[in-house]
Amino acid sequence: MSTRTAELLASIALLVFSLGLMWTVHADGLKIGWVPERGPGSGVWPFWLSLGMALTSVWTMVRWFRRTTPESRNEAPYIESDRFGLVAVSFIALTAMIFLVAIVGTYISIALFLGFYMRFIGKHSWPMTSTTVLGAVIFIYFLFEWQLSKYLPKGLPIFEDGFLWLDNFRWEYLM
Amino acid sequence: MVEIADLLAAGLLQSFEPLNFAMILAGCMAGLFIGAMPGLGSVNGVAILLPVTFLVPPTAAIIFLAALYYGAMYGGAISSITLGIPGASTAVATVFDGRPMAQKGKANQAMMAAAIASFIGGTISIILFTLFAPPLAEVALKFGPQEEFALMILAFATFIGLGGDDIPKTIFSILLGLVMAAVGFDIISGKPRLIFFDLVEFQRGIGFLVLAIGIYGIGEMLWTLEQTGGKVKLDYVKTTWAEFKKHLGQIKAYLPTTSLGSALGFFVGTLPAAGATPASLMAYGLAKTFSKDPDSFGKGNIAGVAAPEAANNAASTGSMLPMITLGIPGSPTTAILLGGMIIWGLRPGPLLFANNPDFVWGLIGSMYVANFVTVALNLALIPLFVRVLAMPFTILTPIIFILCFVGVFATTDRMFDVWLMLALGLGGYLLRKLNYPVAPAVLAIVLGPLAERSMRQSLIGSQGDVTTFISISEHPISLGCIVIAVMLMLYPVWSNYRRKLANRSTL
Repeated sequence: MSTRTAELLASIALLVFSLGLMWTVHADGLKIGWVPERGPGSGVWPFWLSLGMALTSVWTMVRWFRRTTPESRNEAPYIESDRFGLVAVSFIALTAMIFLVAIVGTYISIALFLGFYMRFIGKHSWPMTSTTVLGAVIFIYFLFEWQLSKYLPKGLPIFEDGFLWLDNFRWEYLM
Repeated sequence: MVEIADLLAAGLLQSFEPLNFAMILAGCMAGLFIGAMPGLGSVNGVAILLPVTFLVPPTAAIIFLAALYYGAMYGGAISSITLGIPGASTAVATVFDGRPMAQKGKANQAMMAAAIASFIGGTISIILFTLFAPPLAEVALKFGPQEEFALMILAFATFIGLGGDDIPKTIFSILLGLVMAAVGFDIISGKPRLIFFDLVEFQRGIGFLVLAIGIYGIGEMLWTLEQTGGKVKLDYVKTTWAEFKKHLGQIKAYLPTTSLGSALGFFVGTLPAAGATPASLMAYGLAKTFSKDPDSFGKGNIAGVAAPEAANNAASTGSMLPMITLGIPGSPTTAILLGGMIIWGLRPGPLLFANNPDFVWGLIGSMYVANFVTVALNLALIPLFVRVLAMPFTILTPIIFILCFVGVFATTDRMFDVWLMLALGLGGYLLRKLNYPVAPAVLAIVLGPLAERSMRQSLIGSQGDVTTFISISEHPISLGCIVIAVMLMLYPVWSNYRRKLANRSTL
């Protein structure tokens, strides 16, 4: 896909999004005008600003059509193919990590993600990878669970139990 | 004056309390590191590390983040000089002469000039800050909703007039941020608004931090991965005491233009859309204009390294001025700081000086101290930071991703917000590639609730008469702001017209 095509597609998507926002305000029955005795209705702000978004998207389309923007004259690929792989793999791995949090919990999930990224994308040695992974997990546990008292997701009960044991130990002996 | 001196002394004392001083040290170190890494700047550091600062009280937290902001301005020069890639956009102008100096084997001298110039810039601007802030806050105390709203219009107008980005795309970005801020319960009528797909999670709104971390954490790293392909190359640098003494003799050569650049940087920095990047470019131009030997610029002139570095530091201090006194952030980084202050339970704006003097003067005092700490750390640790630059992207990237995820979750306790962050980060990255500026959206989501409230309060007060904002007898300040805002918005049209005229006359 060329940058030129991408700009048109983006402006169409943003126009549809803006119209969707306006429709949502309308469908929720919010007042978009002056409500006697009460002042501007609660829909005034989102409705008229969304209309502005829609108009600027149309403006971008007009500029695209007249080839005014640099992007609309740019026939080069939207993402260079040799870089696309790296960006896509990084994003998919990140998505997988966040998805796995609900199943195996924060710590196992970030260890898998960091390990995968360093070992298979970065081609770092196993000792380097495992030290960094261990360091990162301990650091996050120490900072967030211990110092900030935040309970990060632990996943399914079977994984959660292991951490309960660790928390008990901490409360029992280290506080 | 005496009163200011007393308050400042108290602030300085406060910054030497063990916790606060530790925060200055930690903030400067973190900032130097983040600023030095290509692709990461102060705004990324502040967004990603804001959740961690809930560990300490608000004063210590803002001291840490302000020191980080500072440190990042110093750090940006390190990769500009050794890699030829600006460590942050604010250090673009440093590449022009810093890189040629490094290629001539004078990387040391360039680094020292950058550090000392940053110190000069920081010092001049913090003195200006101390002088300007209290009277400005005093004036702002009299502001009503009309003035507040007009000021915000002015802030957004600077993006249109001076931002230099595509105009319809800039306006889109501002409006998108303002609309995102309206998601959730309406504060005045109590009605739920824009609950997409009827997901109850949207009732709590879209947190500014979710957007900021999405854009400046996830989006930025995807962008950097694409730009660099995950690889960087660099030259190593050593600094010695003897080199430093030799350098001190050269300060005379760049002191005048550097001081001028600092003052310029401060005032440019107070404008929301301008900030450190244009300030440093303007200071570079200034140094070149006033130079006896303008042809040597771009070939390794030391004044060409010093002036932009002084200006970007001065601008970072300048951008805090409207944030502290008016509640209008002067840069994307201060927009995130402002959002943080709201989370800490402080109300940014003129009342801050009256209600939380400890917080305000603690911050101001810390800026004086942080300036000394950063220059000392920077000069001492230059070789270390250069070595840090060799840290591969394949370690840095996943660690930043993990910090983004944990940071968002720790702030809001909801996996929903983590998914939202991921989506906004991807969207921000894709739009940024098409030249949609992202900074206006971040500023707008922070200011959105305040802007909407002040607009509605004004209109309720005036019985729906929109001319209340431009009434010369009742709201002259508001009128003034709106007139300037309109002029700023028309500025691109005017300069376009002039360019067309010029083109025609050459034909």
